[in-house]
Amino acid sequence: MSEAYPASLAAGLPRIGEYFHKLAPTLHWRLLFDGVTTEGSLAYWFYRLDSWSWLLFQTVQMAALATFGGAVAALLLCWAAAANLAPNRAVYIAFRRGLELFRTVPDIVYALILVYAFGVGPPAGIFAIGLHTVGALGKQFAEAVENADMRPWDGVRSAGGTWAQGVRYAMLPQVLPNFLSYALLRFEINVRGSTVIGFVGAGGIGQELYQVIAQNYYEEISAIVVLIILVVAAIDMLSERLRGWAMGAAAAT
Amino acid sequence: MSPDAATIATLRARYPRAFAASPRRRATRVVVGVLGLAWLVALLVWFDLTPARLWDGLFGLFKIVRLMIPPSPGAQWQDILNGLAQSVAMAFLGTFVAMLIAVPLGFLGAGNVVINGLAHFSIRRVFDGLRGMDQLIWALAFVRAVGLGPLAGVLAIAAAEIAVLAKLFAEAIENADTRQPEAITAVGGNRLLRIRFGLLPQVAPLMLSQFLYQFESNTRSASILGVVGAGGIGLQIAERIKVGYWNQVLFIILLLLVTVALIDALSARIRRGLIGVA
Repeated sequence: MSEAYPASLAAGLPRIGEYFHKLAPTLHWRLLFDGVTTEGSLAYWFYRLDSWSWLLFQTVQMAALATFGGAVAALLLCWAAAANLAPNRAVYIAFRRGLELFRTVPDIVYALILVYAFGVGPPAGIFAIGLHTVGALGKQFAEAVENADMRPWDGVRSAGGTWAQGVRYAMLPQVLPNFLSYALLRFEINVRGSTVIGFVGAGGIGQELYQVIAQNYYEEISAIVVLIILVVAAIDMLSERLRGWAMGAAAAT
Repeated sequence: MSPDAATIATLRARYPRAFAASPRRRATRVVVGVLGLAWLVALLVWFDLTPARLWDGLFGLFKIVRLMIPPSPGAQWQDILNGLAQSVAMAFLGTFVAMLIAVPLGFLGAGNVVINGLAHFSIRRVFDGLRGMDQLIWALAFVRAVGLGPLAGVLAIAAAEIAVLAKLFAEAIENADTRQPEAITAVGGNRLLRIRFGLLPQVAPLMLSQFLYQFESNTRSASILGVVGAGGIGLQIAERIKVGYWNQVLFIILLLLVTVALIDALSARIRRGLIGVA
């Protein structure tokens, strides 16, 4: 079905080796720390480090803004999508299915469509990632709410608190650390997603990567990929720390 | 019998912390809030997310959505079905190839098989690093290496999946019961026999279930690899967006949702059968 016939596979495999061999930078041990103009030095490999770093920074900020926007929207929607708080079953099902719809469409597909609505550039990417995030986080948030202790809720309600007050004073304090931890996890995923969202013209480092791959600037491809891997790993570690802190704060209270 | 205002005032004076957070906490809150707001405004300005632009974008989106309804399969519905089948096949093949490679790698990455701490640690870090690379990057690279078409997609899925599966497998192996490999050693089995008869039977159902789970997730991602030319339904979506057949785009998206839901349900049933009630 996927047309992976032995013949085409046999023809393709050596080309893979060749391609990845070309991607590898030519580095010479002796010249490793020489200036930008010396071929074979690290500086020569990463000769546009400044503009790439800036683009990567932009990419991470896109992911951060999209995660923030998505988390705020999910925070507003999740209460009605939780079975224990929704006013009635119809509302619950409507919100759940709605969030599911947002979640199932991949962010790249949103980006493809939004590039037509917002034009080429970061806004399309931010909205694309944000839309997917609303669905993903909304579902996780709603599940956290469903697992929350209902006794504070009953207390607030029986003391005459409204539904909104119950959400604010009985539920939110319980689930906030969970929400924070899910949002951070989603941020990690979104950073990964935002590095490729530029492939369809929605901003960030992806646009640059698409260019260099399309034009076969072999060493630049590997340089950018190495940078992406480093940044993703760094953010993963940072967010893991923060998540540990958020869950620790939850355990302390 | 709620207390009168005077009682509340005296209580507030006597126990300020019961009524409000400490001044330091309040100051931290204000500072964090202001910094957060500044960050938000700076980003909005930087990305040029002005209300006017938002309005234009939403208006454009509204127009697109109106063009999408009603969804229609269009004249080339056979291409759509073909692409869909191709996506599923790509996901299956890619995940399968990845599993073949990830099983030995998983044993190498497991702390109870490779005792050497440094080796185990560095193998794990390599998996982590590779996972940082999105599938689409692999796809784009493989399209350049082996040409347009599903083969690039299969390779991209396999390449990205190896690291994920290897990590999951390594964790499964580390959580396996140690008594069975010990028994193999006790009857004189060497290392290889220990892995084959002591560990593999324990982790095989788990591995299969993780394979199915990743297959589900890869069906989703295989549907977009075509955007960069790596075969599958993504190509059909991208082409129809380019020529503005929005109602067909919506049809494909809906079809995709149904297919993914079907595969999820099917694989969930098989997984339940494999590892008992999960």
